[in-house]
Amino acid sequence: MNGRVITVTSGKGGVGKTTATANIGAALASIGKKVVCLDADIGLRNLDVVMGLENRIVYDIVDVVEGRCKLRQAMIRDKRLEELHLIPAAQTRDKNAISPKDMQRVCDELRKDFDFILIDSPAGIERGFKNAIAPADEIIIITNPEVSAVRDADRIIGIVEAEQKGPPKLVINRINSDLVERGDMLAVADVLELLAVDLIGIVQEDQAVLVSTNRGTPIALEPRSKTGQAFRDIARRLAGEQVPFTRANGGGFLGRLSKLIRAGSKKDA
Amino acid sequence: MSVQIKGIREGLLVSIDSEEWPVAERNLLEELDRQKEFLKGAKLILNLEGHDITAASMGRLRDQLSDQGLSLWGVLSRSPLTERSAQAMGLATRIHGSEPEPEEEIVEEEAPEAQPAGSAVLLKKTLRSGSNITHHGDVTVIGDVNPGAQIVAGGDVVIWGRLRGLVHAGAEGNESAVVCAMDLSPTQLRIAGHIAIPPKERGTPRPEIAFVRDGQVVAEEWAPPSATAQ
Repeated sequence: MNGRVITVTSGKGGVGKTTATANIGAALASIGKKVVCLDADIGLRNLDVVMGLENRIVYDIVDVVEGRCKLRQAMIRDKRLEELHLIPAAQTRDKNAISPKDMQRVCDELRKDFDFILIDSPAGIERGFKNAIAPADEIIIITNPEVSAVRDADRIIGIVEAEQKGPPKLVINRINSDLVERGDMLAVADVLELLAVDLIGIVQEDQAVLVSTNRGTPIALEPRSKTGQAFRDIARRLAGEQVPFTRANGGGFLGRLSKLIRAGSKKDA
Repeated sequence: MSVQIKGIREGLLVSIDSEEWPVAERNLLEELDRQKEFLKGAKLILNLEGHDITAASMGRLRDQLSDQGLSLWGVLSRSPLTERSAQAMGLATRIHGSEPEPEEEIVEEEAPEAQPAGSAVLLKKTLRSGSNITHHGDVTVIGDVNPGAQIVAGGDVVIWGRLRGLVHAGAEGNESAVVCAMDLSPTQLRIAGHIAIPPKERGTPRPEIAFVRDGQVVAEEWAPPSATAQ
C-alpha cells in the first residue's frame, strides 16, 4: 500500500483543525479506507479528546521517536470504526521533542499500512508546523470566513507553495448563512477570490459540533446531521469522487456564490 | 576563505566559506557549534553568496540553527532562488546596516529575478501575505498582491491584478514614482516620503494610477496616455 499523507493546517488557531481532522478521518474510515490520524500538536494534544480516545493512551509519538515503543504500540484503534486509528501527541513535552525528519520516518512507515495518514498540525508557522508539513503529500487548509483567519491561510498557502507541496485544498469552516445574507460575514466567494485555491469543503456553523466534540463522537458519524454530511462529502472528494456542492450542505450563500460566478464570467466575456 | 562572523546593527553577519554547498553548510554549522557558548541566542544574517538554496533546505538549515540556540533572521544572496526561498520563509533579504562597505555590493545585487540593479523585475505570481519584495528599480507583478504582502521599490510599481497589500514606490526618495493597479485598494500606499491610506468604501474596481501631486498622494483613472493629459 502507498498511503497518502495529508496535513491539516491553518496558521490561525481555533478555526477547527482538530475537529476537521477527526471528522474527515472518521468519514474516510466509514467508507472503508484505512486511516490513521496523527496528532502533531505536541504539548497541547487535543485530537485524542475529540476522537474520544483519551483514556486509552499508553504511548505517544514522542515515545515512538525516542524508541521507547514500537509504532504499533502507540497506535490506538477507534472503538466504533475498525479502520480508524490514532497516534497521540505527548502532553508533557514540546515541539522540539521531534524533528521534521522524525515525522518523515514515521509517516514512511505508516504509508505501508494505511490509505490515509492525516496529520493534525498545531497553529502557527514555527517548528510544530514545520514538523507537520514535512512528510505531507497534500495539504488541507482550514479557514473561517473571517478576515484574520483568511489572512493567515494566505500566508500558509504561500509557505506551502514555496516548500513545493503542491497546491493546497481549502475547507471553509463555520459559515453562518444568516450572517452572510445580511452582509456581515465574508462569503465563500470572497474567501475564494482572495486565496485562489481549490475548494474541497464548506462546513456550516453548527452547535452540534461542539456537543459532539465534547462527547468525543465525531459528528461525521451521525447520518442525519448536515454538518456530518459536509465532512463526509470532503472525505469522498479526497477519495477521488466528484461530489457537487449542494444546497443541503450549502444553504443560502451558495445562491450568492453561483450568482457571483455568473456575474464574474459575464464580466470576463 | 573561512567562515567569518561579524557584528552589525541587525545581529551577526555570517559569511560562509568558498566550498561547494553541502560542504560549506557543514563547515558553517561546525564553526557555529565551536562558538556556541559565545553566540547563544544571537540573531544571524547569513551571506550565502551565489549558492542556490531551496526553501526546503533553508528550512532545515533554520531548524538546525535553532537547535543550536541561534535564530536565523536574514539571508543575503545573489541567487534569485535562494532569495525567493528566504522571502517565502519570511526572512529579511536586505539589511539596512550602518556599515555600507561590505553590504553595498550585496544590496546592489539583490534583485529578486537576478537582473542588474536599476532595471525592472517581473513577477508572475500572486504575492501572498508575508511575502516581501524589495528592489532598487521598477517592479511589475502579473497577479494579485494580497493583504499582508509588501513591495518596496526604488522606482515605479505596476500591478496587473488587484493590489490589496502595501506598496512603497520611489522608496529611495523618488517623488515622481507611480503605482498602478487594475484594482488599486492597497492597505497603505507610500510614494517617496508620502503615506496614503485609501478610503474604505469604494465603487466598482477600475484601473488606477497613484502619484504625488502638491505633496499629496492622489489616484486617477489609469487610461492610455493618449486619452489623458498625462
